[in-house]
Amino acid sequence: MGKQLLLENINVPGIETLSVYRANGGYKALEKALKMQQSEVVDEVKKSGLRGRGGAGFPTGMKWGFIAKPEGVPRHLVCNADESEPGTFKDRYLMQHNPHLLIEGMILSSYALGANTSYIYIRGELLYVYHILEKAIQAAYDAGFLGDNILGSGFNLNLYCHLGAGAYICGEETALIESLEGKRGNPRIKPPFPAVSGVWGRPTVVNNVETIAATVPIINMGGEEYAKIGVGKSTGTKLISACGHINNPGVYEIELGLSCEEFLFDDKYCGGIKNGKKFKAVVAGGSSVPILPADLFLKTAKGEPRLMSYESLSDGGFISGTMLGSGGFIVLDETASIVKNLWNFTRFYHHESCGQCSPCREGTGWMEKILNRILEGKGKQTDIDLLFDIQSKIDGKTICPLGEAAAWPVASAIRHFRKEFEEYVNKPEEIVDVKHYYAVNNLQQSAK
Amino acid sequence: MSKEIRFTDETMALVQKMIKRYPEGKHKSALIPMLHLAQMEFDGWLDSPVMDYVASILKIQSIEVYEVASFYSMFNLKPVGKCLIEVCRTGPCWLLGAEDLVKHIEKNLKIKDGETTPDGMFTLKTVECLAACGTAPVIQVGETYHENMTCESVDLLLGEYKIKDARKTHYDIKHISIK
Ligand SMILES: Cc1cc2nc3c(=O)[nH]c(=O)nc-3n(C[C@H](O)[C@H](O)[C@H](O)COP(=O)(O)O)c2cc1C
Ligand code: SF4
Ligand code: FES
Repeated sequence: MGKQLLLENINVPGIETLSVYRANGGYKALEKALKMQQSEVVDEVKKSGLRGRGGAGFPTGMKWGFIAKPEGVPRHLVCNADESEPGTFKDRYLMQHNPHLLIEGMILSSYALGANTSYIYIRGELLYVYHILEKAIQAAYDAGFLGDNILGSGFNLNLYCHLGAGAYICGEETALIESLEGKRGNPRIKPPFPAVSGVWGRPTVVNNVETIAATVPIINMGGEEYAKIGVGKSTGTKLISACGHINNPGVYEIELGLSCEEFLFDDKYCGGIKNGKKFKAVVAGGSSVPILPADLFLKTAKGEPRLMSYESLSDGGFISGTMLGSGGFIVLDETASIVKNLWNFTRFYHHESCGQCSPCREGTGWMEKILNRILEGKGKQTDIDLLFDIQSKIDGKTICPLGEAAAWPVASAIRHFRKEFEEYVNKPEEIVDVKHYYAVNNLQQSAK
Repeated sequence: MSKEIRFTDETMALVQKMIKRYPEGKHKSALIPMLHLAQMEFDGWLDSPVMDYVASILKIQSIEVYEVASFYSMFNLKPVGKCLIEVCRTGPCWLLGAEDLVKHIEKNLKIKDGETTPDGMFTLKTVECLAACGTAPVIQVGETYHENMTCESVDLLLGEYKIKDARKTHYDIKHISIK
């Protein structure tokens, strides 16, 4: 195992309590940060090279630097704990087992940004995690880490949890802001960016749970030290939630730059494919990123070993690469049908589209319909091209990236596994699984 | 509706606390948490008089409540059973057998996805990724996650819940810090 900065104490009994968390070095980073200038805290995060862990990988320090500071207008930090990207379960794991790490990160980050009221927006289904956070927040208030004049620094902060109610789109930062205002989760047109006009029209920074948590080791060790971990512009550690057909599903903290092969096959991590089956494909960064066949995951098109880093995973662009995304790592073995898997994801995006833009609203529905037709054995050769055409007309033509998130899996599945689609179309009687057809219709109705 | 729609004093105190979490004049932000409370208190679903009541507390139009309630999948706009069985049907869970679980439950309870048993005990609902894909397939009942489910463990689970009202813990957001 490489360095463990976020999961180091995750198995310490009682780490969810303030006393055990403190006994293990907790709240030292906060004490240190409060003795620094706010801008110095921002500088440390800039130096660390930390990139947003929610999916887009945007440099956090730079994002913080954009926050507008108009006189007399409050600013807000909002933590994105909506975690709904299929395949992703790292934030839940972290919050459930070590809530104070997030809370400490929220306090020091709020200090850096000059925010005096901050929120953790957590998805509604995670009610039990909400209770854990509420309890930990209360303990932090009682110990003087929250409220007025924190540790005598003169800095005041109120921190609240806010419960969502089941909508993938509310993970998109402007939809999250709308939702926090008590509205439907319809993404906003940018600009203005949240850094200028976010929640209630005030300057707002939205950061992922893991991003906020990572500021704690960054302050403890210093940005420069943190930047020494990892490779190139992929600094530090990343939580990867691994699932699907593997021997050891779970959440792993890796040093960015670990080889893909080691991550998938080593017993310290995924431990290889379950039941001795063959490795077929992987969705390496949450359902929205392009799917990669086994060979292109292990080696780039140039034949170089692929690494778990932002740059290496995206090597080859969308023709032969993918993205690190949220770190939701879904492995498919030789028995998995790429077409059915794609149908499932497309159905998901259709269900979750907020409906504001027609390419996304209609396009996801059409793609689901066509995939259904193919799965039912009624597809035509031209349907494959039609699918490809529809996805290309969604990509880049919508208000928010959900449209792209729906388009990329379609494009990549056809690009890499066209033969499988053709088999469904040309020899339906050999492929089509009646059992599945039943389920398709069934689930279909419930979506209404 | 026969009974009067009113939060208990305890819940009302909680509502007031919640409203205070948002800046002066931005109380509409409390809408979603309040709808969770309303759903918990009024039989697990949001009837329109309940939504009108929530609107009246927040001093907003009823339509503002309806449009929010209908957007979020956790809000039930039809009556549900005492135990809402929510089965994750998204990619990773589906890869590891969620589809079989759904069929198994349908057979066992003699209802289809989205329906409620005639005795008002169970409602089956398929939902999207619950952020627990490492322990797939996953079923949520009330606030509890049941992980690594199989057809056998589903039978045990249903047996266990046959005598429970999981609604009361559902969306119980009473543990709330400060103010
Ligand atoms: C459809 C959609 C869903 C998203 N879901 C999440 C999510 O669940 N959690 C998250 O942190 N970011 C999510 N994001 C990314 C956020 O918009 C945003 O980039 C992120 O929260 C910024 O934080 P970071 O810079 O710390 O990564 C989503 C984006 C889109 C387009
Ligand atoms: S791309 Fe889809 S989800 Fe995003 S705003 Fe448009 S319709 Fe809504
Ligand atoms: S797919 Fe079921 S929990 Fe993620």
